[in-house]
Amino acid sequence: MNSVRIFFIGGYLAYRALFNWIHWTMYVPTMLGGPIFQILFFAYVGRYAGLRSDEFFVIGNAVAISSLGGIFGMAMTIGGERWTQTLSSILVTPANRLALFLGRAVPNLLNGVIVSSVGFLVGWLLLDFSLTPTEVPIIALIVVVTSFSCTAFGTMIGAFGLRGRDIFFFANLMIFVFLLFCGVNVPLDALPEWMRHISNVLPLTHGIQAARRVADGASLADVSGLVWTELFIGLCYAAFAYALLRLFEFDGRRRATLETM
Amino acid sequence: MSRSFRLFWTGWLFNMKNLTMSGFFILNATIMPIFFATIAHYMFASGSRPGSGLLYASLGAGMMGIWSSVLFGSGGLIQWQRWQGTLEYVISVPPRLIQVVLPMTVATASIGLYSIASTLLWGRLIFGLPLDFIHPGWFIVALVASIVSLGLLGLVLSSTFVLLRNANSMSNLLEYPVWLVTGLLISLSLLPGWTRPISWILAPTWGIRGLRQAAVGGDPLFPILMCVALGLIYLAIGHFTLGYFEVRARKSATLSLR
Repeated sequence: MNSVRIFFIGGYLAYRALFNWIHWTMYVPTMLGGPIFQILFFAYVGRYAGLRSDEFFVIGNAVAISSLGGIFGMAMTIGGERWTQTLSSILVTPANRLALFLGRAVPNLLNGVIVSSVGFLVGWLLLDFSLTPTEVPIIALIVVVTSFSCTAFGTMIGAFGLRGRDIFFFANLMIFVFLLFCGVNVPLDALPEWMRHISNVLPLTHGIQAARRVADGASLADVSGLVWTELFIGLCYAAFAYALLRLFEFDGRRRATLETM
Repeated sequence: MSRSFRLFWTGWLFNMKNLTMSGFFILNATIMPIFFATIAHYMFASGSRPGSGLLYASLGAGMMGIWSSVLFGSGGLIQWQRWQGTLEYVISVPPRLIQVVLPMTVATASIGLYSIASTLLWGRLIFGLPLDFIHPGWFIVALVASIVSLGLLGLVLSSTFVLLRNANSMSNLLEYPVWLVTGLLISLSLLPGWTRPISWILAPTWGIRGLRQAAVGGDPLFPILMCVALGLIYLAIGHFTLGYFEVRARKSATLSLR
């Protein structure tokens, strides 16, 4: 019961404390405005390139922007505790570590879903893109699963924040890697083989593929393999992130470097 | 005159070194443009522009890097001085504020040289892009004109963003729209007509046009002259807005307040 409380209430309070600077004047331009223009930008580059329809770019980018909250949010959640010198106070408690760290991921996951939903909405309003009512819940499910896998990946980056100094460099870099490797704007079959191999183990790739197939008329059963793969990749990153967090916590205690900046 | 030049040179050099040591700026100026150039190249290659896209993508992505450096470097420049506690010194030294700030904003644009260099090198080394430009001399002139005019645009950004509560959020917002509206990776004719005047008043529009026309043929002189003209307009606006900020901050004693 205590772990459930730490998971939900701890995660909520941590988000409010660490992201207290998020005023709507900051949130709207950064988390909504920038990503919306990302969708428009790539849709127009796609038109110029004569590559695919607007639908291809709206789905690719609207699913991809769900990663922003997960990756930056989790990097900031764990790095933020270090920055505000509160990490020791948290890690000295006997709280269940799984509940402690994964509870902090939930608000970031939800944030990713909100950002992605706005992306789809703007794509529908401004570009040549639409979904049928039956496709919307399936795509919503895919976005939740993809946002989970991206948040798990972000937790792994955040775990490196317990050891590394410039974790935001890595977080920024991964956003660009996702844009290139995960089939967000370039069809996977247009990428060299070695890039396709990498894309298979990254979050986003299978989620985007599934969402595109649903928009083309496939049912949930048709894309269940892709959705399960996306979920499995997310669970693998979550498990790896948890192992890293415990490792760096143990090592930080041993070396007394938990809050060394 | 020589004192002003010495001040500009010292300020520019110091800030170039400072920005070069920053992981964030190196990411924005070198790594990010390579990723975007690669994405654009694959999009063009698998679309209906297979042959002509590589140089187009390299130069466009390079200019994207210059804009990002200016946007984040100059947009938050005065706020950054505030956070570091150096704004009072910047304002109280004998030279005028604009003489101190200008080399900093031009330095943020000059970091964009890394962008152009990295994307052209990327094209050459990975995809065998031939770098035999039609007008190599004009290419250098266009590059210098672009960097100076974007640096002067940075002067406007630095002195206007500081009046906003969240300058960083404006920087996050304006990256993609300017890439889009200035036609760095697309033809402007694809965009709605009402965006045309916006693209005309933004230096990257003319900068990329000058670079492309110098590289693949055409008349780069007009875009270069437009860069110069816009640069002078930005300088006048920046002079006014920077003066307004200084007077306002001195009167209300808010120089060091965050």
